[in-house]
Amino acid sequence: MSPDVSPLLVVDGLVKRFGGFRALDMLSFSVSEGEILGLVGPNGSGKTTCINVISGLYRPDGGGIRFAGRSIGGLPSHQLVHAGINRTFQVPRPFLALTVRENIGIAVAYGRSGNGGADAEALLASLDLAPYADDPAGALNSAQQKMLDLARALATGPRLLLIDELAAGLNPAEFERIAERLKALARSGITLLVVEHLMGFIDQITDRIIVMNAGKEIFEGKLADAARNAQVVEVFLGDEHAA
Amino acid sequence: MPRITRDILLILLPVVGAFAIAPALYSNHLLLFNFIIFMTLAQGINVIYGFTGYLPFGYVGFFGAGAYGFSLTVMHLQAPPLVALAVAAAAALALGLILTPLFRLSGAYFSIANLAAALALLQVVSNPDLESITKGPYGISLSGVFNPTLAYAAALAVLAATLALVIYLRHSHLGMALQAIREDPISASMAGINVVRERIIAWLISAGIAGLAGGVFAWYVSVFYPETVFSVEFTIFATVFTLFGGTATVIGPILGVVILYGIYNAVGISTPQYFQLIYGALIVGLVLFLPNGVVSLLQRRGIYVP
Repeated sequence: MSPDVSPLLVVDGLVKRFGGFRALDMLSFSVSEGEILGLVGPNGSGKTTCINVISGLYRPDGGGIRFAGRSIGGLPSHQLVHAGINRTFQVPRPFLALTVRENIGIAVAYGRSGNGGADAEALLASLDLAPYADDPAGALNSAQQKMLDLARALATGPRLLLIDELAAGLNPAEFERIAERLKALARSGITLLVVEHLMGFIDQITDRIIVMNAGKEIFEGKLADAARNAQVVEVFLGDEHAA
Repeated sequence: MPRITRDILLILLPVVGAFAIAPALYSNHLLLFNFIIFMTLAQGINVIYGFTGYLPFGYVGFFGAGAYGFSLTVMHLQAPPLVALAVAAAAALALGLILTPLFRLSGAYFSIANLAAALALLQVVSNPDLESITKGPYGISLSGVFNPTLAYAAALAVLAATLALVIYLRHSHLGMALQAIREDPISASMAGINVVRERIIAWLISAGIAGLAGGVFAWYVSVFYPETVFSVEFTIFATVFTLFGGTATVIGPILGVVILYGIYNAVGISTPQYFQLIYGALIVGLVLFLPNGVVSLLQRRGIYVP
């Protein structure tokens, strides 16, 4: 990550309020092209809210989001998808009554990716979904639905992929496979922002992490250094463990 | 697209052809006409509910708007019926546009607000103070353009156009996008679908279909009261027929109308005393055993239903 390259995503002083509660409180960070950035923090620290705001589900109440040099805060989701941002959901949200192939086909047809449209059959094969292509998505198990969620996101040809707890609930073999897949995506030039509770997973795939607490960033750097940071330890384990 | 051609040849042409020759073989033309109207309305409900997932309890509002759009154009402008039909469609589309804020609601709230809107429109057109414009509660009489043969042909043309449109939806990206919105609007937007725009398109298509149906209905019967064309029965029947046959398919609503409206008329004529009982039992049975409609008997076995 050469510092002279301007980052793909810049989040600057982002604020999101729910009533009086500030879920995001002046959050700032940036992600470089091709980087895998981990976003970690205790429950309720604002990680998923952050992804929801960047992907257009929520409108920001303050601050700015710049993507590829363009201000995108508050744009509707489908425009963000066309700009090159996509995401997976913590609880996968496939179109249950449609077939697996149709699920991906819709995203290929409407995603309008800059790469001239992803190949649905190749995605089915690479995410081990080909045998179920003509089954309704509702017949898939939850790990397969997670892969379908990822396939739907990839079908739109994203430059930035927001991954919300993809590894949670997977068995160790699936876990290894998905870690390899995400690293391969990063190598192919897709930038990843990964929210995850499983630190082993974060350690395996990320170059850099941001630790959030109460809507703010409290640490930025390598995971190994985070474990030695007094404030991070206090947030995760309570103050009696802090050095 | 070969699948669209196939469905036009195997579904649209036989249905429209059957209704084209039926008047020569069967003397109750009003009943045949009502079949056409319900097939059209059932497909209109199919577009907004079956494909897109919004159940419009006030769907009859568009039908009534079409009937009055047609009638007022004929009465006040002495316009020819085909021009009046265009106004019927425009009236329904205008009502549809006015009601687009209802999409801020979802589920039953949408349905009930839509019902309220249809009832409000009924109250407006039947207001005695508007007698000089709408004839208020005293009803419409269009003896000048009365022509059941032409009106029947126009209804058939509306049905043909509606079927062609639903066949297109069944095999197009737009139809798939509407189903994605029905399944999960948030996920649909993350597939790149402009949810707000696509569902308004579906809503206006659905409204336009009902408006045209209302227009040809007004033309065919020529004499009616506000309660006739704003009767909630139109919504209920068309919805039940669609559900009975199977939503988001082309032949589901057709089967629903043929079977249920067929039984409705057969039982109503032969044994009217048992009518409610038999009809009620049938619908309860449907909800319990075939919640996804008759076509789900095939779909369950992995058979593709157009």
